[in-house]
Amino acid sequence: MKFTVNGKPVEVEAGENTPLLYVLRNDLGLVGTRFGCGSGQCGACFVMVDGRPMASCDLPVSFAMNKSVTTVEGLSGKVQKALLAEQAAQCGYCMSGIIISAEFLLQKNPHPSESEVRSALDKNLCRCGSHNRVVRAVMRASREQA
Amino acid sequence: MNRHGIGQPVRRVEDQRFLTGKARYVDDIQLPHMLHGAVVMSPHAHARIKGIDATQALAMAGVHLVLTGEDARKEGLGGIPPLFMPEDMGGPKGYRTFRPLLEPAKARYVGDRIAFVVADTPELARLAAEKVEIDYEPLPAVVQVADAAKEGAPKVWDDNPAGNLAFPLMMGNKDATDAAFAKAKHTVAVRLYNNRITANTMEPRCCIGDFANDAYTLYTSSQNPHGVRGILSGAVFKMPDKNLRVISPDVGGGFGMKGDIYPEDGLVLWASRKLGRPVKWVATRTESLLGDNHGRDQLISAEMALDENGKILALKAQALHAVGAYVTNAGVVPVLCALRNIPNVYVVPAMLVMSKATFTHTTPLGPYRGAGRPEASYVIERLMDEAAKKTGIDPVELRRRNFIPPSAMPYDTTANWTVGKPVGWTYDSGEFAKLTDRALEISDWKGFEKRKKQSEEKNRLRGRSLIYYLEDSGVFNERMELRFDPSGTVTVVAGTHNHGQGHATTYAQMVSDWLGVPFENIRLVQGDTDAVSFGRGTYASRSTMLGGSALKGAADAIVEKAKHMAGHLLETAVTDIEFEEGKFKVKGTDKAIAMTDVAKAFYRPVGPTTRFGTGLDASGSSAVPPSFPNGCHICELEVDPETGVVEIDRYTVVDDVGRVINPMICHGQIEGALAQGIGQALMENVAFDAESGQMLSASFMDYAMPRAADLPAHYEMDFIDVPAKTNPLGVKGVGEAGCVGAPPVVMNALLDALKIDHLDMPATPHRVWQAMQKAKA
Ligand code: FES
Ligand code: FES
Repeated sequence: MKFTVNGKPVEVEAGENTPLLYVLRNDLGLVGTRFGCGSGQCGACFVMVDGRPMASCDLPVSFAMNKSVTTVEGLSGKVQKALLAEQAAQCGYCMSGIIISAEFLLQKNPHPSESEVRSALDKNLCRCGSHNRVVRAVMRASREQA
Repeated sequence: MNRHGIGQPVRRVEDQRFLTGKARYVDDIQLPHMLHGAVVMSPHAHARIKGIDATQALAMAGVHLVLTGEDARKEGLGGIPPLFMPEDMGGPKGYRTFRPLLEPAKARYVGDRIAFVVADTPELARLAAEKVEIDYEPLPAVVQVADAAKEGAPKVWDDNPAGNLAFPLMMGNKDATDAAFAKAKHTVAVRLYNNRITANTMEPRCCIGDFANDAYTLYTSSQNPHGVRGILSGAVFKMPDKNLRVISPDVGGGFGMKGDIYPEDGLVLWASRKLGRPVKWVATRTESLLGDNHGRDQLISAEMALDENGKILALKAQALHAVGAYVTNAGVVPVLCALRNIPNVYVVPAMLVMSKATFTHTTPLGPYRGAGRPEASYVIERLMDEAAKKTGIDPVELRRRNFIPPSAMPYDTTANWTVGKPVGWTYDSGEFAKLTDRALEISDWKGFEKRKKQSEEKNRLRGRSLIYYLEDSGVFNERMELRFDPSGTVTVVAGTHNHGQGHATTYAQMVSDWLGVPFENIRLVQGDTDAVSFGRGTYASRSTMLGGSALKGAADAIVEKAKHMAGHLLETAVTDIEFEEGKFKVKGTDKAIAMTDVAKAFYRPVGPTTRFGTGLDASGSSAVPPSFPNGCHICELEVDPETGVVEIDRYTVVDDVGRVINPMICHGQIEGALAQGIGQALMENVAFDAESGQMLSASFMDYAMPRAADLPAHYEMDFIDVPAKTNPLGVKGVGEAGCVGAPPVVMNALLDALKIDHLDMPATPHRVWQAMQKAKA
């Protein structure tokens, strides 16, 4: 199966129903994308597929065929810088998925209101309670890109 | 000034990794030829195991092994005992459980581990696990703590002579309490259920066992690697510590839950020994919810007696505190802290509190962020608001009248106790009225009436509350090492185990201040029993206090050692050398040499090292008594009477966490704990079917946790540092504070908004709505 990951073409051998998450982590060594629930309920495994955030834990790898996948390793942008500035991370486990959701939000809505940020992050659980700092970071990233 | 020193809002050094996907948790480790395990969990809350047939599973291609409790018994593997029981500390006798890696004869809760299957892939292991045929004879189960304590309830442990009692605890003075109640002008009573909740770390528990060259290596997501090693090598495998190395890399959240040793830690090692290949196990989310230790689950009736001026005369309480099917590692702690912390910040002249730790056919309980302190603050702060209503005294004024004044410090809460004295507290410091004043000020307490009118205009009910909390933090002793590298950089070898608290940053701030080494030249090593000679891990808000104090000891020892080398290098007597701001100076001159240069001299291949030894390192230890973080929370919330939805509008916290090492990190810890405390108050609940013991909240769909939109948009926060007198750094704990204060302040504010006397947590919209309907009727 062929697709693009972080701008590079890849070819993997995997059952077509294998979740994309496992292919990324086990076959391609991109372990920055995390397993949190395996059922689309926590956001830890979010990646972008053709620019849209999706839960890679219950997405068959075949869905990604001939598409372009972006993982946290492929980003080095304003959201991460802002998260750093706001000191949002604690244990760090949820952050990859949060970064994906936030990047997507800012792409389609470069100047969101605070409540738009909150609802855009609704699919991402963080048990360390970094929510408010994450929201502030996204607002900061939105300001700083202007 | 050192911009990276103590007290500075230094940015966390670990974040770069965390934000670029470069953190490394256990599941990121792939060992060559690794196999994968899956557990078979009991689907019954209580059942006899009549037989296990693994033939079908073993016949599947790619399945290597199926282990059962009978195998464990035959091979002489021991069970996991609690670290201590009350009787080990001079308390009353209890029933000690030894939790086997796999249950051979009886399942005691839904999620009890019955078999372990190892296969080529995780998917295959799970498929094979479903093919293990277990013949169960279901038995009646008891799920709720109130039912378990009843005469004739189904027993969790057949040979427990005390029914389902795990252990009783009692503290206080019966005669004094009875006498005080007899003469009291006012009495108030509450009956509260502290809901069962769970840590639900975003990283599920995960472990890898690797048996090679006659020794075991365990990679596990743990807060306490040396603790895991001690129990596994001692109680389970019955072998010397030297045969087991435990590595705990980045850990994706712990909150007390990952302080324990779990059956899977032993299973992966055992399976690896049998197969000669590494074996990995990762929990699914449902397995996490079923199998990780839970927190709280306490039913308590409490009464307070007051005089005509609103002064507390006495307190009494009787609790049933669930422990689940086993007494876990630190399972005694929540039960104990839930009692001994009841006096809180108030002068309580007489008290009698007791609890029965009770077995139920449910997931075992253990410390979860707060571990008993949230239960205690909930009881006393609910009583205070009831007392304010009863006496007609303003709730803030009532608290003020009862505060322990700073002049009374150190304050012994056990002054006239006749029972339980050794486990009670003596507070070293605290300025409760001062923090209250500050909280009132920054919360705009006076503006409430205006805001209430505004709420009414949009058909919302507004309520508010002020509470005060105090908790104990820090337990046991600790050991830390400091090691200079030949190039002058420094390694902190920590016995504590950071899992989100930012230790790499805070410890470096301290060392940078004490030794004058540039912040960026200091790194942290932790979480590997081969690299760290000993440590106790991170829990009970202990690390800055105990780790930091031990680190100070190590830094002092380094200075002492290096002084001699400095004297030699500066060609003067050591008595003429003084150490200041990272430099050794010859007293009364401007001759000086930097610590790092002195350190480098310890690594010269020839020369002074013959006199001073090769290498510069030192260890320090601490065994300081607990400290008592405390603070004032104020919450204002609105309720939509149509839907029962609660929205927290304003939330203020003023904390005394002693001396603040890094305000950014402290704020983050407090905010994080607030999210969990607000979660407990408003939405979180581990629900079981009361008859069958099936968990009804075994996924993220059913176990609600706060998301970004559920929390207050903004917290008003401040610190007032009242340095702890119990440790050389003056620090108090910070990790748990927020979730000790949040449940009572949210619930009191909600009761104020609804003008009702009682509502149990979690105050979901449905419950709130029902309570409003009931109040109307
Ligand atoms: S792991 Fe995919 S959404 Fe939770
Ligand atoms: S930082 Fe730990 S789960 Fe979000």
